[in-house]
Amino acid sequence: MKSIALQQFDRATADTAADGLRRDFVRTALAGYYNVRGATQAMYADYPAARDTAAEIKWRALENLGDYLVEFERKLLSRGVHVHWAADAESARNYVLAVLKRRGARLVVKSKTMTSEEIHLNEAMERAGYAVVESDLGELIVQLNHEPPYHFVFPSMHLKRGEIKSIFDRSIGRLDSDDPQALTMAARRELRMKYLQADVGISGANFGIAELGAIAITENEGNSRLTCAMPKVHIALMGIEKIIPRLADLALLQPMLATCGTGQLLTCYNSLYTAPRRAGEPDGPEEMHVVLLDNRRTHILADPQLRDSLRCIRCGACLNVCPIFKNIGGHSYGVTYQGPIGAVIEPNLRDIGKFGHLSYASSLCGACTETCPVKIDLHHHLLRNRAAAARAAKDPAERWLMQAFGFVMRRPWLLSWIGKVMRLFDRVAAPLQGTRVDPFAAWRSSRTLPKTPRHTFKDWWKTRQ
Amino acid sequence: MTPPNDATSPRVATGEREAILARVRRALAEPTDPRVRHPATHSTGYSAVLPPVRPTVSDRLDVFRERAEALKASLICPPTVEAAAQTLAALADDFDWTRLAVHSHPLVEQATAGIRLPRLTTDRGYAPTDLEQCDAAVTACDALIAQTGSVLLTAASAGGRALSVLPPHHVVVATIDQLLPDLPAAYALLEERYRQDWPSFATFITGPSRTGDIERILVLGAHGPRQLTILLIGQP
Repeated sequence: MKSIALQQFDRATADTAADGLRRDFVRTALAGYYNVRGATQAMYADYPAARDTAAEIKWRALENLGDYLVEFERKLLSRGVHVHWAADAESARNYVLAVLKRRGARLVVKSKTMTSEEIHLNEAMERAGYAVVESDLGELIVQLNHEPPYHFVFPSMHLKRGEIKSIFDRSIGRLDSDDPQALTMAARRELRMKYLQADVGISGANFGIAELGAIAITENEGNSRLTCAMPKVHIALMGIEKIIPRLADLALLQPMLATCGTGQLLTCYNSLYTAPRRAGEPDGPEEMHVVLLDNRRTHILADPQLRDSLRCIRCGACLNVCPIFKNIGGHSYGVTYQGPIGAVIEPNLRDIGKFGHLSYASSLCGACTETCPVKIDLHHHLLRNRAAAARAAKDPAERWLMQAFGFVMRRPWLLSWIGKVMRLFDRVAAPLQGTRVDPFAAWRSSRTLPKTPRHTFKDWWKTRQ
Repeated sequence: MTPPNDATSPRVATGEREAILARVRRALAEPTDPRVRHPATHSTGYSAVLPPVRPTVSDRLDVFRERAEALKASLICPPTVEAAAQTLAALADDFDWTRLAVHSHPLVEQATAGIRLPRLTTDRGYAPTDLEQCDAAVTACDALIAQTGSVLLTAASAGGRALSVLPPHHVVVATIDQLLPDLPAAYALLEERYRQDWPSFATFITGPSRTGDIERILVLGAHGPRQLTILLIGQP
C-alpha cells in the first residue's frame, strides 16, 4: 500500500512535469543564477580549496556539537538572552506561544525562517489568534497565496509577475502595474508600518557562533534587520546543527553561502546578534530568545554516514542544479526542505517508511554533490536512504526482487537460461507494452525495456575460437 | 530581566536540555564513517582562498570602488572632511531632503555641519515613527572591506540598529585608514575592538537593500535603503 505522502507525490509530480510552460519558466529563472554564480566562483583565489576548508569547518562543528552547544548557551545566558531547548516541534511552538501570551502580543512580524515552516509555527500562532506577517518578499507572496515556499531560498520563484500582481490585488489592494519594481514597492509600503507596530519579531539563524554566543543572519532585503530592530521582543529559531566554532569562520562561510545561494559574493546584509538592547544603545528589543530545535536532528546525527547531511548551510545550490527539481518543482516534494538535500534529510526527520520515496526523486547524476559548498555526499546518501527505505518497507516485493536477482547472478547457468527466455519474451512483450495485460504496465507505460541482445558474449566468444 | 527558562516556558526546559545533549553525546560516541569524512585538509587561512586583494592602500581602493559600483552603491572620495561636508550639503539639496537622522559622532557632526535641516539624533532617544519620516541617515562605521565592497558597523559605532536601515537613503562617512583588505581582517578587527564589551548588533552592509524574489529581477530598496552613499575621506 502506498503511503498518503507517496500518493500525493505521484499526483503532484505528474501534474508539474506535464506543465511545460511552468518548467520552462523555472529553468529560465535558474539560467541567470548559473551565469552569475560561475563568474563569482571565478573570483576566488582557490575555489576548490575554499570548498575543502568550508567542509572542514562544518565537520569540526558537528563532531564537537555537544561542547559547542553548551558554550553557545553559556555565552548567550551571560548577556541575558533566554535559551530554550526544544526536543520537538511542539515544544518549540509552545515556547513561542507562551512568550507571545506573556507579552500580550497581537502582531508578529517574521523574517525568513525555514525552521518555522518545519514546526508549522504560523498556523499555530494564527490559531491562537495572533496576526502574523511574513516580511521577506518571496515569503510574503507565498503567505498571501496560502501556499508553502516553492524553494527554501527562492520561495516564490514559480510565480510570474502577473500572478503576483493578482495575489497583491486580492490581498493588499489593487495595483496599476505588474512590473517587479512596482510590486516590490507595494510590498515595501505594506510592511513599513508593520515593523513599527509589531510586538514580536521572529527570525531564523544561518549560523550560531559558539565562541561568541551570537547568531548570524544572512539576507538581502533588510527585512530581517528591521524585524530584529523594531519590536520589543526578538525570538530566533535555530536548528542545533547551525552551530559553528568561531566568529572568524564567518569570513569564509558567509561568502560561500552567498556564492552558492544566489551567485553574489556576499549578500546585502550579514548581521550578528549577541544580546537584547544593551545599556547605552538607542534601540533594539527588550528581550531576546533563542530556540534551539532538535526535532530528530540527533536521530540523523546518530548515523555515522548520514550525519554528513547535518553540515548543510541551506544555500539551495543542490536544488538549482538538480534535473529532477527542475522537472517536478518544489511543491511536489510535499515537505519543508525540497530538492536533493530535502530528499536526504526529510525521510529521516520524519518517517523513512512514509517518505522513503523522496530518495528516488533523483537520477543519481551527482550534480548536487559536485556543487555542494561543504561537500556533502548527497547522491550517495540518497542511495543509503533507498536501502533503508527498502528495509523499512512493509511490502516485501522489492526485497524479494533483489534477493532473486542475487540468486540468479551467483548462478551463471541460470542467468544464461533466463537470457534465452528473455529473447522469447521480447517478441511478445513489445506489442503488450503498457496495455492492461502487461504485468509491468505501471512502469512500462512511459518506458521501454532495452532489447535483450541477440547473442550473449559467451556465444560470440565461442564462435571466435 | 526575567531569568532564562522561567516559569513562562511550558515545560521543564532543563529536562529537554539534558535529553538533547545526552542524545548528541551518545550519537557522537560512534565515530564518523571514514567513507563520508574527508580527511582534514591543511588550511592556509581563509584569505588565501577568498578573492585576492593586493596589499597596498591604492589597490584596496581600486577593488573597493569596483565592487561598490557593481553593487550600485555610490562612492565619493572627498580629500578632506570639509570637502565631505560640502558634498553632503549638495546631496541634501539634490535629493530635497527635509529631515535628517544622525547619531553623536565627531565625524558625522563635521560632515553634516553644512546641512540646515531638522535632525533626529538616535542616541539621544527617539520615536521610531519619527525616524521613519527621515529622508536620509548619516552614520559612521567601523570599517570598509575592499574585497566585498562592504561597510561594517555596529550598534555602538553607528547609532543603534535602525538608523542605518529604516531611512531610504543611508550615507556612510569613513576615512581612508578604515579601509581593510578582506573579510578575515574585518572579523579580526571586530574581535579586537569589542572583545571586552560586545554591542548587541553588528552588520556587514554590501550595497543598497535589494531583492530578486520576483522573476529573479533585481529591484533595489526592498525594505532597507534604496540608496547607499559612501563618503570616503582622504587620499591613499
